Amino acid sequence: MPKPTVSVFQYPRTREEMPRGPYAKAGVLVEANAGWRVFRPVIQTARCRKCQQCWLLCPDGAIDRTGECYTVDYNFCKGCGLCATECPAKAIAMVKEGAKGE
Amino acid sequence: MSNDTLTARRAFMSANDAVSYGVRLCRPEVIAAYPITPQTSVVEKLSEFIAGGEMDCQFINVESEHSAMAAVMGAAMMGCRTFTASSSQGLLYMCEMLHYVSGSRFPIVMMNANRTVAAPWNIFGDHRDSLAMRDAGWLQVYVENGQEALDAVIQAYKVAEDPAVRTPVMVCLDGFVLTHTYEVVSIPGQREVDAFLPPFVPGENVLDLANPRSLCISVAPEWQTEFRHQQQEAMAAARRAIAGADGDFAGVFGRRWGGMVEEYRCEDAEYVLMGLGSVMGTTRLVVDKLREEGLKVGLVKVRYFRPFPNEEIAALGRRVKGIGVIDRDVSFGNAGALYTEAKAALYSAGDASPHTVNFIAGLSGRDITKEHLETMYRKVIALTEGKAEREIQFAGLRWEEW
Repeated sequence: MPKPTVSVFQYPRTREEMPRGPYAKAGVLVEANAGWRVFRPVIQTARCRKCQQCWLLCPDGAIDRTGECYTVDYNFCKGCGLCATECPAKAIAMVKEGAKGE
Repeated sequence: MSNDTLTARRAFMSANDAVSYGVRLCRPEVIAAYPITPQTSVVEKLSEFIAGGEMDCQFINVESEHSAMAAVMGAAMMGCRTFTASSSQGLLYMCEMLHYVSGSRFPIVMMNANRTVAAPWNIFGDHRDSLAMRDAGWLQVYVENGQEALDAVIQAYKVAEDPAVRTPVMVCLDGFVLTHTYEVVSIPGQREVDAFLPPFVPGENVLDLANPRSLCISVAPEWQTEFRHQQQEAMAAARRAIAGADGDFAGVFGRRWGGMVEEYRCEDAEYVLMGLGSVMGTTRLVVDKLREEGLKVGLVKVRYFRPFPNEEIAALGRRVKGIGVIDRDVSFGNAGALYTEAKAALYSAGDASPHTVNFIAGLSGRDITKEHLETMYRKVIALTEGKAEREIQFAGLRWEEW
């Protein structure tokens, strides 16, 4: 499913551009909303068996399995760690945000 | 396909039934309601129409008034024409959703059977319920009889759905005195109403798979004021739409109700009584009687309380000597709501500002008799002749000479 990419919301510049009542175009992502993440999941591709458990269980649909290796979309990942806990191959490490060397 | 053709005819019915016929003729697609005396028979009749195949409409039974308004708001989000009705405690319970609907700009029409609010518990009529919703952002129209109730419903959709207005409308009927009183009512033909009120064309605040939108969004402090200003402008546009709808309605159906206000025998009047709703019917008789005595009296029926007829009342203030305002409510610690607002409007009348007095009357269904009304006129006249009168008076208070 295509997810919105971070973009700039265009505020009304004139009275005429104001929506009539409080509504707006849906699916506009104005900033990556994963800022409160403490640990980030990092997939160790060498250990990944592509079993799809993480992709299936991620509450935010933040695992992308379309490429050669599974990747995490960090614009949507909240760092809940469900993927790391459930991974049968222990292929996902939770790495502290801002840790040394990041 | 429903058997929904209705030809014009006259019938003997209650004002609640008249509202039901008015709503049916406007072809709402969704009705949600919860029963409360004295509103119940409106939605009962509508559910009969639907069950009998005479209306093509979804009727949603809900568990509360709050849910009733939430349900029709959901339907309005889908671009449907909707209806609901309530009264008194039910209207108060609905209050949160009233603000949500008006702020979101859904042109829902509802009927309110005016009934007092507890405590003391009482099911009879006054205006304390709807006037407590004064600031909910809805248009409010108060009607005098069953025919006006039916016609006001049809006009309400026209005004609410006007692209420049897009604001919900509350049609207010006095509990029992109107809702349960039978009179002869002309039911317009479906074809004529269809021509007057075409199918609802929603604005952009609808759910649309092809063009997804977030509705009823949060708005930061930096933008809230602009949306509120829009609502205020919509009310200004409503003044024009109300006059336009009344004129167009008269062109098709031959009845005109006056738009914002209706004046009766005010051309040369010096002393007027002003009020909302059914009491104005009795007042007409008193005006006629006092006119026969040579007294220059008239009445002003305030039809729309929101938007408020400031200009009309200020203009009246420049012509008359005294105004008595009848309020079937009181805002404890101040005065009746109509009086407070009328007096503020009269400030614009400048030096010509007339004498004013507020009569609190007809609370929780207590009769306002012709004798009461005559006394009110004589008090207004006495006031202009220099006699001291208390500014706020409870008419016919048990313990006082009045």
